[in-house]
Amino acid sequence: MGQAGAAIEAVTRRARELLPADAVVTDRARLRTYECDGLAHYRVTPALVVLPRDAAQLAGVVRACAEQGVPYVARGAGTGLSGGALPHAEGVLVVTSQMRAITDVRRDDQRAVVEPGVINLDVTRAATPHGYYYAPDPSSQQICSIGGNVAENSGGAHCLKYGFTTNHVVGADFVTSAGETVALGGTAPDAPGYDLLGTVVGSEGTLGIVTSVTVRLVRLPEEVRTILVGFESTDQAGAATSAIIAAGIVPAAIEMMDALAIEAAEAAVQCNYPHGAGAVLVIELDGASVEVEQEYAEVERLCTENGAFEQRLATDPAERALIWKGRKSAFAAVGRISPDYIVQDGVIPRTALPQVLRAIADLSGTSGVRVANVFHAGDGNLHPLVLFDDAVEGAGDAAEKVSGAILDLCIEHGGSITGEHGVGMDKAKYMPRMYTDEDLDTMQLVRCAFDPQSISNPGKVFPTPRLCGEVPGRRKGAHPAQQAGLAEVF
Amino acid sequence: MATGTLDTTAREALASACQDVQDAGETDGVDGVRPGLVARPADTAQVAEVLKAAAAHGLTVVPRGRGTKLSWGLPPASADVLLDVSALDEVLDHAAGDLIVVTQAGARLADLQEVVARGGQRLAIDETVPGASVGGTLATNTSGPRRVATGTARDLLIGITVVRADGVIAKAGGRVVKNVAGYDLGKLLVGSAGTLAVITDATFRLHPLAAAHRWVSMPVPGVAEAHAAVQAVVHGQAVPSAVEVDWAEGRGAVSVLLEGREEGVAGRTATVRGLLGDASTESDDAPAGGAAYPWDLAATGDRRATALKLTFALSGLADVLAAATDSGAVLRGSAGVGVAYAALATGTPLEDVRTAVDRLRRVCTGHGGSLVVVDAPSAVKDGVDVWGPVPALDLMRRVKDQFDPDHRLSPARYVGGI
Repeated sequence: MGQAGAAIEAVTRRARELLPADAVVTDRARLRTYECDGLAHYRVTPALVVLPRDAAQLAGVVRACAEQGVPYVARGAGTGLSGGALPHAEGVLVVTSQMRAITDVRRDDQRAVVEPGVINLDVTRAATPHGYYYAPDPSSQQICSIGGNVAENSGGAHCLKYGFTTNHVVGADFVTSAGETVALGGTAPDAPGYDLLGTVVGSEGTLGIVTSVTVRLVRLPEEVRTILVGFESTDQAGAATSAIIAAGIVPAAIEMMDALAIEAAEAAVQCNYPHGAGAVLVIELDGASVEVEQEYAEVERLCTENGAFEQRLATDPAERALIWKGRKSAFAAVGRISPDYIVQDGVIPRTALPQVLRAIADLSGTSGVRVANVFHAGDGNLHPLVLFDDAVEGAGDAAEKVSGAILDLCIEHGGSITGEHGVGMDKAKYMPRMYTDEDLDTMQLVRCAFDPQSISNPGKVFPTPRLCGEVPGRRKGAHPAQQAGLAEVF
Repeated sequence: MATGTLDTTAREALASACQDVQDAGETDGVDGVRPGLVARPADTAQVAEVLKAAAAHGLTVVPRGRGTKLSWGLPPASADVLLDVSALDEVLDHAAGDLIVVTQAGARLADLQEVVARGGQRLAIDETVPGASVGGTLATNTSGPRRVATGTARDLLIGITVVRADGVIAKAGGRVVKNVAGYDLGKLLVGSAGTLAVITDATFRLHPLAAAHRWVSMPVPGVAEAHAAVQAVVHGQAVPSAVEVDWAEGRGAVSVLLEGREEGVAGRTATVRGLLGDASTESDDAPAGGAAYPWDLAATGDRRATALKLTFALSGLADVLAAATDSGAVLRGSAGVGVAYAALATGTPLEDVRTAVDRLRRVCTGHGGSLVVVDAPSAVKDGVDVWGPVPALDLMRRVKDQFDPDHRLSPARYVGGI
């Protein structure tokens, strides 16, 4: 048995002492069920899977990992789309799905305290009887967990108005890479000291694991109006979006789908979108009734002025749900029109939308690779779905190429390589296109502070790990990695 | 801490690093600590050169924006160089269609607001300290009444450029609101009091200027009434932009700001008045005091009041107000989110300040929050725990050690002596 094997053995022994027997998985066949997250083309079988029931068990396993220098990867519901929860072959996969208690719902304080395995939508379900809800709503909200949301700083359709996970998490119990538990933030806002919580949210499990999360609950709006608007082209729909924003309206959501995405959604869920539309917008207004009334009139006028040929107001929750069903099922729906597809996630300044959509159409035209566009138009977050048939030789590579070129477009226009799906395994190689070596080095100072051994989800986010022993600007002699025989001269 | 000396060689190095280097004057003191030199770089590159020179000569550096809050926190253990970024005062780009603004850190918040207002927009950070710079606002994380609707600097900052203690220039985030690529260093810098790095540029998301607004106010004769009024409004559906409480000697007022479209605001104002009852009044004007903190910002040295920031869960408001009354504190703040500022009058005996701080801190921590002494006369800062207990302090020290291993930047000003 090698060194790594002995270390894993030691962690496994410790895990068996701490956790119930069925919460420690070593059986090869069962291990393989955890080999990927929502990004299925990366697969690694972990050496060990643990499913702790509480924070003490989880911290105990992490402590054992720290003692043995064994890498670990946290996984919530495994719905992530960037391979952030891809296991480590010689490491432990720490699955938080068994920690699923909603510990407290405090209406008077507008807070809920939940464990990381709690499903996103269940927080809203628990809060609704009190007149509240949890605002961040990724499309996967029926199956994704809060722990994963925290790791990825998940967004959703409504973050245009309400922000992301990071704007709604105010406190957390956090297990460091040494296995110590510390409190970050609190019930109240503005905890003194560095905003470590704001740094942990969105760090993709590379800084540690949260075992309890205090979230802000938002008062249910008095009125919600969801409007489905049909346009002949994405240009018109984009112009309408710009006009709405320019009028000083901040809708809860503005979502756009192009003809191909509409076709897919129709095939999958029969959402009955306007016939023959080149693009649809799903616009949601919420708030106090009197205010929504005013905004609605204006939105309707602006859509008409920009060429809308059909506007449909959902008049009851069932109609609203059907409109959203078309949008939220869009990713899965393209499976109806294409055997394989890549879900891309990029961001552009919203005003660049027409140019970028035309450039994507050109890419598609020249390569022959079909691209369906679904996106959060309000904030410029694109989700192009790149379609291909893996049975056709070279089709996968061609699709990868188009998908990558779309990210280049985002960067060229001053945007981002990911708006909500995360960098994970998938996009680490693109990070140097967005940031300089110095930028990435500086980010990794945080990593070194939190996880000097680099055992918490190593190999994700950053293309090149930083060696934490270095003191910046005072490097003397040979680089430690070079001395240790880990690297050539660089 | 860095322990070099500001000798001739060091002075020369700084002079060649930066367009404008002068001996510190009377007005350059940092809470009683007189710096050696004041360096006023012209751009980010010069900020980097100054920090490199300081690093090479082992000098301590305290960054300054417009100097409006420089006495906040603890005095620095040393300040060889006061790094004044007020020459970096340009608002670089207002992209109205994208609802963002890019600015240099030395620009005044008010000047930035003027620029973006021309496009019908605003940065949703209230100017609580007149004349404050963007960088100083970020470093101290100040916020005002309208945080109820739009949050604070951490929620609005989408991109940042900093210069590290070793002179390396780095950025994080970008120009788009939605962006999860890499660590959110902006959040780490907000409220870091100049101890991690020097902020030189910042990019923010903006909000549209409201077409109409209206304040509803109601006198509250006691703790129970204040608490009930705030709870009624926050659990209502009128979507207020601000829910303020003003409090002194056991009574005060609750004020609610509605912003939006003309008719919408009229309707919501009626709703809030319905919630608060007959004693409420409405006005276009903010209540007396507005966004200002309840202490005299112009007072310096021993004439300063003891200025406090309190945070607490919403259900703790009644207890906080009662403790403020018992402590003889005047208080004002965002009751709607559980953040308030309080002042103990100038000249309050140290023993009484200590008792008040302990009592208020106990109440705040008991309600899931904290109390920080924002500013106070030196004797008070020496005599009380300014920052209070801070969880995760060990992790914070490790972050500091990574960013600033020599403890060059603003040494000893922050939590746990960071």
